[in-house]
Amino acid sequence: MFHYDPVLYSRILTEVTLAFHIIFATIGVGVPVMIALAEWTGIRKNDRYYTLLARRWARGFVITVAIGVVTGTAIGLQLSLLWPSFMEIAGQAIALPLFMETFAFFVEAIFLGIYLYTWDRFKPKRHLMLLIPVAIGSSASAFFITTVNAFMNTPQGFTLENGKITNVDPIAAMFNPATPTKVSHVLASAYMTSAFILAAIAAFSLLRRKGDRLYAKKALKLTITAGLVFALATAAIGDLSGKFLAAYQPEKLAAAEWHFETQTKAPLVYGGILTEDKEIKYGLKIPFALSILAGSNPDFEVKGLDQIPDELEPPLYVHYFFDGMVTIGMFTIVIAALYLWLSRSKRASKPAPRWLLRVIVACGPLSMIGIWLGWFYAEVGRQPWILRGYMKVAEAATTSAHVDTMLLLFCLLYLVLGLTAIKVLSKLFKNNDVADELIAFGVFEKRGPLE
Amino acid sequence: MNLELLGITVLWVFLFGYLIVASIDFGAGFFSYYSVITGSKNITHRIIERYLSPVWEVTNVFLVFFYIGLVGFFPETARYYGTALLVPGSLALILLALRGSYYAFSTYGSKDNQWYMLIYGATGLLIPAALSTVLAISEGGLIVETAGTITLDWSALLGSVYTWSVVLLAIVSVLYISAMFLAYYAHKAKDKAAFEIVRGYALFWSAPTILASVLVFFAISRHNPEHFTKMLDLAWMFVISFLCFLIAVYAVWKKRHLGLGFTFVLLQFAFAFFGYGASHLPYILYPYITIHENFTNPAMGTALIIAFIAGLLILIPSLVLLMRLFLFDASYVQGNRDKKG
Repeated sequence: MFHYDPVLYSRILTEVTLAFHIIFATIGVGVPVMIALAEWTGIRKNDRYYTLLARRWARGFVITVAIGVVTGTAIGLQLSLLWPSFMEIAGQAIALPLFMETFAFFVEAIFLGIYLYTWDRFKPKRHLMLLIPVAIGSSASAFFITTVNAFMNTPQGFTLENGKITNVDPIAAMFNPATPTKVSHVLASAYMTSAFILAAIAAFSLLRRKGDRLYAKKALKLTITAGLVFALATAAIGDLSGKFLAAYQPEKLAAAEWHFETQTKAPLVYGGILTEDKEIKYGLKIPFALSILAGSNPDFEVKGLDQIPDELEPPLYVHYFFDGMVTIGMFTIVIAALYLWLSRSKRASKPAPRWLLRVIVACGPLSMIGIWLGWFYAEVGRQPWILRGYMKVAEAATTSAHVDTMLLLFCLLYLVLGLTAIKVLSKLFKNNDVADELIAFGVFEKRGPLE
Repeated sequence: MNLELLGITVLWVFLFGYLIVASIDFGAGFFSYYSVITGSKNITHRIIERYLSPVWEVTNVFLVFFYIGLVGFFPETARYYGTALLVPGSLALILLALRGSYYAFSTYGSKDNQWYMLIYGATGLLIPAALSTVLAISEGGLIVETAGTITLDWSALLGSVYTWSVVLLAIVSVLYISAMFLAYYAHKAKDKAAFEIVRGYALFWSAPTILASVLVFFAISRHNPEHFTKMLDLAWMFVISFLCFLIAVYAVWKKRHLGLGFTFVLLQFAFAFFGYGASHLPYILYPYITIHENFTNPAMGTALIIAFIAGLLILIPSLVLLMRLFLFDASYVQGNRDKKG
């Protein structure tokens, strides 16, 4: 079938591992913040519903953390196994954030262990405080690891001559031009996605008309509000990322926008398809929008692919990733705003329409797809480079045999882990009825009101 | 002390930390499963779970820390070990992934699923076997570099007496360390029935541990005579290690001073592990990588050391808190405190 090519197989294996890991990494970064929000709301409003919410989320969260930890270990070591020449350079220039990430991870691991087992050992406020190091740890590890990825996009802080690295400045390498926008976009989108996933769960239980409706409603209101705020932040930072790309990685932006000729008053192309002779068909052209996105000014000159040598041009299909990501982001903002508007206090007595609940359920997986598309765009968009301007992907890959067999084994592993996780998680929530837990929790005495 | 020696010492300390916490973890997983199939689950399983649940995540970090630190301080290890270890490394990763996930599935999700327990019990013994082959490889003769291409000589690896003696030692010491710890923990919990069972495990696995260590000495003298000579120079460390072993086993035998007994288990392995490590220097991979010639650039070396000290300032108090809450809190250990919410 395929001719054995370690570069190709290494790329596929890295993609598969990251795509699987990113699900759990995103949840790992965002959900602690949401748990903290729920527990804090519970204390502030003296409302046990929110405390139960935090407990139930935390219970499911452990399962996802476990898979996040093991797949994170896998990708960490795979970097050396699949990209040994890259890691040799990275080890000299960027080992600092990699090293610090493990410390952040350490702190998160320690305090998550404590948090989960001390619900009844500490007073509520002190117990909530335990989540601060968990949330800081998970966000800090996202921060550090994203600086490594940012470094791959805009490497700096070293000199490379004949394969030898000199003049290393670890801080400059870490705080490279891509760091601010990348890190903030990653964090905001992880918070947003986690909020929408939890919102999807709440909307799902409202749709099923089972369990305690008041509990689900409170959960939905909280998650949708948080989701809207984080989605707006993600969009605003996304706009800054566009300006960053125009300045530092024009080829990535040009490939995403099918922007072939350098020009001012550049239009933005939405959707469409590209024919073989690079004609855009069925696309929606928004005049000046690309210049405004890239430079906040319709007269801004946006570099086109004509200025990029052909062999350094990223694949043009990244356009679909970019459009998909932006569409999903905008869509979730509209849906969240609509739900909040419909459920504002004046008409709170009216239940939300069922179609809207169904769409909210869809927003959970959609946000995760948005995360995937965004990463595919960011990663494929810097092809053919692994270190932009310094090292190409093909020079970095392992020369080892058997990458294809390993790819097969890891695919099997992720399939098994994914399926078992779904099974275990759904069983976990089925076996613990909300109403029963509310009774056990002393919120009301017998089975609560269903409406 | 120069930076490179400091760097490798830091890493060796963390590898030692991993050796201990992972051994407890892996062995406990195995004993846990064993107790289920022999019908004594109710006696020992609870005590094992009570200790493991809050700490399993931390175990993994020790390994990641060691690996990231190794690449950071000695970047060329990435190219040599990375290229050569694709297959054994990937297999170890798959085992680690299965174990970690199925531990969580079994502990937090489906409590009575025997398959989940089998997966995490069995992988717990395979992982030390897989990881210990790296120690064998570091002795040289198994990675070959010809014309810039690095390959692992599989037939040499699998045909080496040294490889198999290290694997054997890894497996039996996992069971020994874990049983010694559980004996201490069960004793502290005043759980007589569980204590009797794990005490039996501890005594049972003590003899094979020493026999396997002797076998490793014999094998290394054949495999890498240069290293063996250096080990003889540090013979006193291995003698102390053996004395610590005798004290630890005596304490468990007499059922007294089990905390002190476990401290001597730690010392036993510390002396052997650091004696082994010190005599291995200056090589990280014999004869290709030494700590002197392949140390990272000074700017990164200094930055890593500073980050390490800053990290420790956060890490040590956190670990102390974790241990005080779950290891040295008598009431938690005895199971009187409420468990997970």
